[in-house]
Amino acid sequence: MASRPEGVVTATGVRRVFGGTTVLAGVDLRIEKGEVVALLGESGSGKSTLLRILAGLDEEATGEFTTSGSRAVVFQEHRLLPWKRVAENVALGVRGNDAPDRTATALAEVGLADRGHAWPSELSGGQSQRVAFARALVREPDLLLLDEPFGSLDALTRLKMQALFGRLRAKHGFAALLVTHDVEEALLLSDRLLVLDGGRIAEEIEVDLGHPRAVDVPGFNELRRRLLALLHVPADPEE
Amino acid sequence: MKIRPRRLITPIAIVAVWEGAAQAGVLSPDKLPPPSKVAEAAWRLTVDGSLGLHLLESVERAALGLLIGGLLGLFLGAVAGLFRNGDDLVDPPVQAARMLPHLGLVPLLIIWVGIGESLKVSLVALGAFFPIYLNTYAGIRDIDERLVEAARTCGLTQLERIRHVVLPGAMPSLFLGLRLAFAAGWLSLVVGEQVNGQSGLGFMMMEARDFSQTEIVVLGLIVYASLGLLSDLALRTAERRALSWRRGLKVS
Repeated sequence: MASRPEGVVTATGVRRVFGGTTVLAGVDLRIEKGEVVALLGESGSGKSTLLRILAGLDEEATGEFTTSGSRAVVFQEHRLLPWKRVAENVALGVRGNDAPDRTATALAEVGLADRGHAWPSELSGGQSQRVAFARALVREPDLLLLDEPFGSLDALTRLKMQALFGRLRAKHGFAALLVTHDVEEALLLSDRLLVLDGGRIAEEIEVDLGHPRAVDVPGFNELRRRLLALLHVPADPEE
Repeated sequence: MKIRPRRLITPIAIVAVWEGAAQAGVLSPDKLPPPSKVAEAAWRLTVDGSLGLHLLESVERAALGLLIGGLLGLFLGAVAGLFRNGDDLVDPPVQAARMLPHLGLVPLLIIWVGIGESLKVSLVALGAFFPIYLNTYAGIRDIDERLVEAARTCGLTQLERIRHVVLPGAMPSLFLGLRLAFAAGWLSLVVGEQVNGQSGLGFMMMEARDFSQTEIVVLGLIVYASLGLLSDLALRTAERRALSWRRGLKVS
């Protein structure tokens, strides 16, 4: 173990108990530099809890966990401050003289170069979520923590956002932990899949499907069925 | 905020009927003098400078009281809203004191601070304190915790989070508190100025009553009302500017 290079995330035996209920019962997790890991699990399986722990938002978790380098978080809701214009939201907490330039670059990367002066309330749901991505990107993260970032978007916007995520990832090479309940999304975007069940990582699956990916590449459906079974969802309607 | 001309019809009609009834002798001039006599009194007292003097005196008391009560309410509201210990120590006595009708404290206040200036200023400060305290507290408490969390993930320190998230988030509530404080402040001033004034609008009215100059009593009421109206208008303008980010919300 000691000889391996430091991963972006190294966690061993992460536990979290909420008032007598053990949600995480010793999770081991390692994410390498530039690797996108999807974290799947049923509702209440502790996916978001694990992400919040890695984001430093949960002080009561026990176990060992470190994240190296810079990290940024995108939540299911955009969580933009309604009283700050779009550009100010992106630049929140960014220090240094080049902050305005970096903000403009990040907004251009998500296709909103001309909306920097708008108020968040003037944006659509998809645009707001793109601003949330720009707010994460501007920090040049080594690790992106994504908590169902496309979960509250309509189906078409979600597809566009997934494609955008693929492009951004190819360009910036960040590592990411993608919490999702969408099996296809996980298969499309990740290098490795983890299934959280009973408070532990129950299954780990490498996804060798190449990039860019579509739902009709060979092998996609086999993986999809396998995953659904792991998530206790019958793959065929008759079952 | 555009005034539709039709909305002016009834107020003008009421003034006209009032004037007509007074001129025709239906209203006794001792009970309710016509608007023209009130206007005449306003002109007379403006020219001799006494109205301006009384007005200035009243506005000074109101401003001082609002400043003291407002700052105290803001400070304690922030302490109780931001810190758990502050909440535990500050909120219970304030909530209990809030139940006292502060205008009913006049006799006690007279014993404590006398019947001079400090009585009027204390009353206004008391009236302004509670709305500011309550709305500062509620404004801070009602902030979406998820926004604070997002700010944390953006690397904001606690002080920066207060500055960029908590304060602006509490602003709408704070403005509501300010408007209520102004209303309570004017009311307290009116009551306070009825006690042994040497100057101020209240004194002007009490003195006029002694000489049966009803038109000056009515004039005083109108000036009080205008002060309330003007301060509310100013606050609304300030609110529109400070909270311009909400405009988008209203449209959608």
